[in-house]
Amino acid sequence: MIRFENVTKVLGRKTVLDNVSFEVGEGETFVIVGLSGAGKSVTLKHMIRLMMPDSGDIVIDGEVINHLGRRALQEVRSKFGVLFQSAALLQWMTVFENVALPLREHLRLPEEEIQQRVNERLEMLNLLDAAGKFPADISGGMQKRAGLARAIIMNPKIVLYDEPTSGLDPVTSRRIDDMIVDMRERLGITSVVVTHDLHSALAIGTRIMMLHQGRIVENAPPEAFIRSSDETVQSFLESQYITKKGKWEELIHE
Amino acid sequence: MNYPVRSAERVGGKVLQLLHNAGHALVMLLEATLYIRLAFGNRSRRETVTQMYVTGIKSLAVITVVALFTGMILALQTGLELRRYGQEVYIGSAVAVSMIREMGPFMTGLIIAASVGSAIAAQIGTMVVSEEISALEVMSINPNRFLVMPRLFALAVMMPILAVYTNILGILGGAVVGSTQLGVSVQSYMDNATQFATNKDLYVGLFKAFVFGIIITTVSCHQGFMTREGAVGVGKATRRSVILSFLTILVVGYMITRLFYI
Ligand SMILES: Nc1ncnc2c1ncn2[C@@H]1O[C@H](COP(=O)(O)OP(=O)(O)OP(=O)(O)O)[C@@H](O)[C@H]1O
Ligand SMILES: [Mg+2]
Repeated sequence: MIRFENVTKVLGRKTVLDNVSFEVGEGETFVIVGLSGAGKSVTLKHMIRLMMPDSGDIVIDGEVINHLGRRALQEVRSKFGVLFQSAALLQWMTVFENVALPLREHLRLPEEEIQQRVNERLEMLNLLDAAGKFPADISGGMQKRAGLARAIIMNPKIVLYDEPTSGLDPVTSRRIDDMIVDMRERLGITSVVVTHDLHSALAIGTRIMMLHQGRIVENAPPEAFIRSSDETVQSFLESQYITKKGKWEELIHE
Repeated sequence: MNYPVRSAERVGGKVLQLLHNAGHALVMLLEATLYIRLAFGNRSRRETVTQMYVTGIKSLAVITVVALFTGMILALQTGLELRRYGQEVYIGSAVAVSMIREMGPFMTGLIIAASVGSAIAAQIGTMVVSEEISALEVMSINPNRFLVMPRLFALAVMMPILAVYTNILGILGGAVVGSTQLGVSVQSYMDNATQFATNKDLYVGLFKAFVFGIIITTVSCHQGFMTREGAVGVGKATRRSVILSFLTILVVGYMITRLFYI
């Protein structure tokens, strides 16, 4: 569904992605972890061509997107819903209007149907009370959820999450994790999740890939990931109190 | 040997960068212009009206004060000079012609660049930094239609209207100075003013204001879109948009005057 073939990207003087190849299959929840500045967000941006690789190909549904024209690119982007690291809501619109925006821009729907579809999403994300509020007046967690509601309003096949739970309290974080799992199970949505939070990575991921200094140091299902022999992976695991043997195995296999 | 070569390279690079940016800005302007027909379409109507309102109202107080005093200063300066020849009545035409031809559009342009233009640059810059522009692109919402076009329409329409307002207040300010300081009655001041200011002066002045509106939108939006490096970048973009608008307004204002009056 999403394939990177020998992708290299240099930004400034830094090789942010260094000959990176991986594939995300349909229906997967693919988690990307790595230290700050490892190139996680840059990887996501390549998938929707907010950035172009210096060399290598990005393939979406069998189609190389590097040099697509505007129309074809629109077509590809319409497969995606994206939750940005900063939620990226338009500040002068209410939560409702933000979520309704893609519908209003791309479909000519009667107002009642817009109302209904938006409210459905807002309800799903427990946001009905915030519908009439502006992004500046709601909490970070609500903004993230509103961003997510907007990302999925057009029923995309693939959803990209850039740190969906960073800066949120643990309870809300777990709720968002549950939602990501739920969307895979109920709607068959393919997800790519960037996170620092290994606990949630292990809980929701079907595969976990770790980036370090522009390279992939591990790309494996959760069970194999925590047994990785790679040193950076091990120190990353240990930094979050996850050791090879322990209760985390239970969590994965629940 | 090495140093001149390197600095020549650096200058060359800067020039190329400048041309590159100007090209970008023009493409943006062109695209927004092509979308103007959608200004009152379903999707943009509200934004267009909001922008017109903001442009018109936001700077009205400042414009009022600046216009009045510009007219008063013009009247006083030229009046004192003219009095030496006993020709004070001519302040009417002096103020009217310089307001309508130059000072009206110019003052309006500077004020709008500093108030509305800087706000546009700051807003779009903030949107870049908080990934809102990226979000629009991913949703296939063209920022040039969604953001630039309504602002372009609003400024291109409001600038001439505001310039007329500036002209009227400036001329009134001149009349006040004329009657209180120089002993020129309002009646003869107005007669003199209308006698010498031509329709051409008015049209050229309004054309200038219109062009300044386009310049301010283009520069401010473009600087906003070029914002990098977080909040610091937004500050830089805002400052650059004001300076660049000022410079462009000066140069283009001169060129328009030259074009129509030589
Ligand atoms: N537009 C850009 N121009 C220049 N450098 C960039 C740009 N975007 C990212 N970088 C650099 O690329 C590197 C990777 O950035 P990226 O945003 O992908 O990190 P990340 O893994 O998402 O980190 P974080 O966890 O902090 O979000 C960083 O060193 C960053 O400074
Ligand atoms: Mg990031």
